[in-house]
Amino acid sequence: MSETKIIDACNTYCPGPLMELITYMKQADVGDTLELLSTDSGTANDVPEWVNKIGHEMGSSEKVGDIWHIKVRKAK
Amino acid sequence: MRILVVGGGTGGTIVANNLARRLAPEIRARKARITLLSASDQHMYQPGLLYVAFGQMMPDELYRDEASLLETGIKFHVDPVEKFELDQNRVRTKSGEVYDYDILVIATGSRTMSREVPGLQEGAETFYTEKGAVKMFKSLRNFQGGKVAIVVGVPHKCPIAPVEVTFALHDYFKMRGIRDKVEIKYHYPINRIHSIENVAIWAKPEFERMGIKYETLFNVDEVDVENKVVKSMEGSEYKFDMLVSIPEHHGMEVIEKNKLGQNGWIPTDRYQLTMDGHDNVYVVGDTTNLPVSKTGSAAHFEAEVIAENIASIVKIGTPVTEYDGKVYCFIEAGRDKATYAMFDYLNPPNLRAANKPMHWFKMSYNKMYWTTVRGLL
Repeated sequence: MSETKIIDACNTYCPGPLMELITYMKQADVGDTLELLSTDSGTANDVPEWVNKIGHEMGSSEKVGDIWHIKVRKAK
Repeated sequence: MRILVVGGGTGGTIVANNLARRLAPEIRARKARITLLSASDQHMYQPGLLYVAFGQMMPDELYRDEASLLETGIKFHVDPVEKFELDQNRVRTKSGEVYDYDILVIATGSRTMSREVPGLQEGAETFYTEKGAVKMFKSLRNFQGGKVAIVVGVPHKCPIAPVEVTFALHDYFKMRGIRDKVEIKYHYPINRIHSIENVAIWAKPEFERMGIKYETLFNVDEVDVENKVVKSMEGSEYKFDMLVSIPEHHGMEVIEKNKLGQNGWIPTDRYQLTMDGHDNVYVVGDTTNLPVSKTGSAAHFEAEVIAENIASIVKIGTPVTEYDGKVYCFIEAGRDKATYAMFDYLNPPNLRAANKPMHWFKMSYNKMYWTTVRGLL
């Protein structure tokens, strides 16, 4: 089982959390899980919209303190 | 103290010049030595390529001899590094030389990777190289009407370029009197038209006013060159007459070959700008894996922090400051207006309306860059 890679996109405005996730998703292997950390409140909606459209798999999505922790599994 | 800077772009040159002035007494007393290694004897002002693509600058305006930009105390060699031996504090170059160091600064930059997308290299115009920018201008001059698509790879250098080139296309076709014969469609990878929310909020009504179409959540997957169709990973496609690409970027091949970072991006501490696991190795500009814009501006502000810290290590044995994520980007909004975005890790950009004075400031900065890179501005 592959380990979860953490992407720390907290307190960044450009390129921003979803662009960071897309960058690392391209580098990942199918089956890998990425955990995106973000302080941007829009991330919790933006990420599932892209993940569902492109066909990856959403894992958990939760806010711990000020930070969103969003897990995505590369499915293709 | 032997300080070795690898890379003669914006970041590496500013680090070397800034350090040379801060350490002038130590260099004279032979207590410090600064060496800069570059793959080229030329220094290019890369933001000028956008103007070349629209016939507003000539390619020769973008270059200076790197040696002419450097402080006299810097030893400069055109000799690209091939091997980084970080555990031995040394590098080996293409010519076979070995350079030992006490502190290393890696500033090797990034490269376009159009070939990652099938058909993109053959089927699209791009202005990220001199050759590409000149070719794009010639194609634009010959263009008499039809559908123009803009597509954006991830990650890419200069995140503001997608909106800048779109505004420039609108104004260029308008200037030629053929705007009504051209459909411009902008495609962007995430679910708004720019990664900076305030830029997206500003640009969206501007696009609508100018009749520019747009599609979000479009990550370019393939270009069918024969039928002139660009397809996205998300499943949509668009038939074009001219395709303009902001290509995906990777870090340099030498970084990947030496296993310093996946896709050539080196894991870097976002405040100290040191390479993870190597306190005597600093990383600047595009070469980092930081979630910060890959721009000359970010490289500039990072370089100042790195130079200040290396100088203080030489003088008092410890770094004194941290990078706060600062970036300042001009945003050209066509041929005669501009605005800017300034932000850091804690403060989002607050965008102002585009205006003519800011455009002329940007045009002036295109010349002032040569003082910036000397570490004077």
